[in-house]
Amino acid sequence: MNNQKNHNPFYDPSLSSRHRSARLFKAFTRGSILITLAFLCFFIFDMVRTAYPAMWQSYVKVEVSYNEKSSKISQKAIDKKFRKIVSRAWLRSIPKLLKQQPELMGTTANQWVLADDQVDQYMKGHHHNLKQKQVSVIETLKTNAQIELRWNNIFLSQGDSKLPENAGVYSSLIGSIFTLFVTLAIAFPLGVMTAIHLEEFARDNMLTRIIEVNINNLAAIPSILFGLLGLAVFINLFGLPRSSPLVGGLTLALMTLPIIIVSARAALRSVPDSIRQAGYGLGLTKIQIIQGNVLPIAFPGILTGTIIGLAQAMGETAPLIIIGMIAFIPDSPNSITDAATVLPAQIFTWAGMPERAYVEKTAAGIMVILLILFFLNAAAIYLRKKYEIKW
Amino acid sequence: MKSSGNNTLNPHRNSDIKITASGLNLWYGDNHALQDINMDIHKNKITALIGPSGCGKSTYLRCINRMNDLIDNTRITGEIVIDSKNIYDADIDVVAVRKRIGMVFQQPNPFPKSIYDNISYAPLKHRLIKKGIESDELVESSLISAGLWEEVKDKLKSPGTSLSGGQQQRLCIARAIAVKPDVILMDEPTSALDPISTEKIESLMMDLKKDYTIVIVTHNMQQAHRTADYAAYFHLGNMVEYNQTETLFNSPAEALTESYISGRFG
Repeated sequence: MNNQKNHNPFYDPSLSSRHRSARLFKAFTRGSILITLAFLCFFIFDMVRTAYPAMWQSYVKVEVSYNEKSSKISQKAIDKKFRKIVSRAWLRSIPKLLKQQPELMGTTANQWVLADDQVDQYMKGHHHNLKQKQVSVIETLKTNAQIELRWNNIFLSQGDSKLPENAGVYSSLIGSIFTLFVTLAIAFPLGVMTAIHLEEFARDNMLTRIIEVNINNLAAIPSILFGLLGLAVFINLFGLPRSSPLVGGLTLALMTLPIIIVSARAALRSVPDSIRQAGYGLGLTKIQIIQGNVLPIAFPGILTGTIIGLAQAMGETAPLIIIGMIAFIPDSPNSITDAATVLPAQIFTWAGMPERAYVEKTAAGIMVILLILFFLNAAAIYLRKKYEIKW
Repeated sequence: MKSSGNNTLNPHRNSDIKITASGLNLWYGDNHALQDINMDIHKNKITALIGPSGCGKSTYLRCINRMNDLIDNTRITGEIVIDSKNIYDADIDVVAVRKRIGMVFQQPNPFPKSIYDNISYAPLKHRLIKKGIESDELVESSLISAGLWEEVKDKLKSPGTSLSGGQQQRLCIARAIAVKPDVILMDEPTSALDPISTEKIESLMMDLKKDYTIVIVTHNMQQAHRTADYAAYFHLGNMVEYNQTETLFNSPAEALTESYISGRFG
């Protein structure tokens, strides 16, 4: 052994410990990735598991009698023992239905109707607070195949509700879209123009350096402060409607601006100066050079930064709470000045609800927002690849 | 050579002078980069600017189309008269100057566009031509002038950067020609190219001087000797010597020039 070492001209006694420390370091780095992945997997698994029941909703088949009595007191439309079984949201809709379809008056129908959330929880095997009498009614319905879990299309087509079985993300989704639209319309042109000015026109002096530092600081300000600013400026000073996507979008635009400016500047800076020189050498004006040659190269980077900024705005809750987008708003907005709520605010509201049925709604809402963010990021990558100019 | 024998060898004679620099000084901040340059550049000739790195030859070249204006903290005094107008006058628009005085850079720098658009972009912006047949003709004639037509006529829509380095440089020359300048400034146009591409560019320059006044900065002494009609030697911001190329290389008047061209420094 010793002899062998003596004959090896490349033998270095320090090598084994150096290799060991390298392996150790590699193990640490790999370990951190594994821990991060484990957290992510646990989070996604737990969310999917919790959200899965929200895809289904219980329906019961009961005899409904449409008459004068039930148009006044809708509870009278069904048998007494089913009154706690069916959804109150559905019961409330009976008078309206009779007004719309008067020909139903005086008829009875054996039909599937939405079940109460406690019944729904019982059917899914979750905790419930039904009385023994109601449980036995459900068991009878079960044996007669008069109660079943169906695909829940209320969740994606209805707005918020105080009755969990009738609550959905639709109106908050529309609110989010309106809000992000305002954010994009304000922040994108302002941010890109600011970046172009700072990068292409402004001279490097004290003033531009102060602006630069402040833009970078702006990105680090807690988002709730932007909410306070929005409340003070847009609502109190300008008198714009509270809880509206307009105010929400403006507030989020303030937040997104620094992200767009910083990424757009980085994209512009990555355009080689030789391109600008070539343009000047041909007697092109600055605008022609920027429009024709600099922006096309910088565009994919600007786009990516904008989408990532929007994705961040999409998930922002705190500033929107301050400007009132957390209020209970079951209807979806028709314009950017209507009161609206947004997805993350909706999730926040549901997370604070006492009813057990909202737990699965919360998780399902989180899944919806995660899916949207996933697609936004995928779009960012796709567009960057698509418009990238090969150098 | 025959012409050098009976010529009066006076580069400062007044006939067919295209560019006249007089009393030109330039400062980058506190650095006095060009010191009192006086120089006449002849029409339809190739004038080479040679000298060691940092001698001011590129800076001087960039004064001729006012590219130095783009650098902050630059101060220029004196004048450069082109076609009896000082381009540093207050009523001069730099954009118009640069349109008349084309430039080719050290690194080929085609726009991130197709070969076709690389050439037609600036003429379209200058409204020299219209889209369509006029543009097609200009692209073809410019590429022919730059000796690139045969190589690229079948792939005009492919990106300019898909060409080889030498082809890209000729594309840049074609792009400069397309704007119909009087003068073409070349800032070490072949220093990033291999000898074969260099040879092509050099013979292209010889062809182009029929129509254009060419000023070239080069580190390659043989290139200056081969191509240029006149040569100027710069040293530490001064123009040390300026004469017909043959004279400057064979019997330099200044000791500095001689030691540079004989390779004692630089």
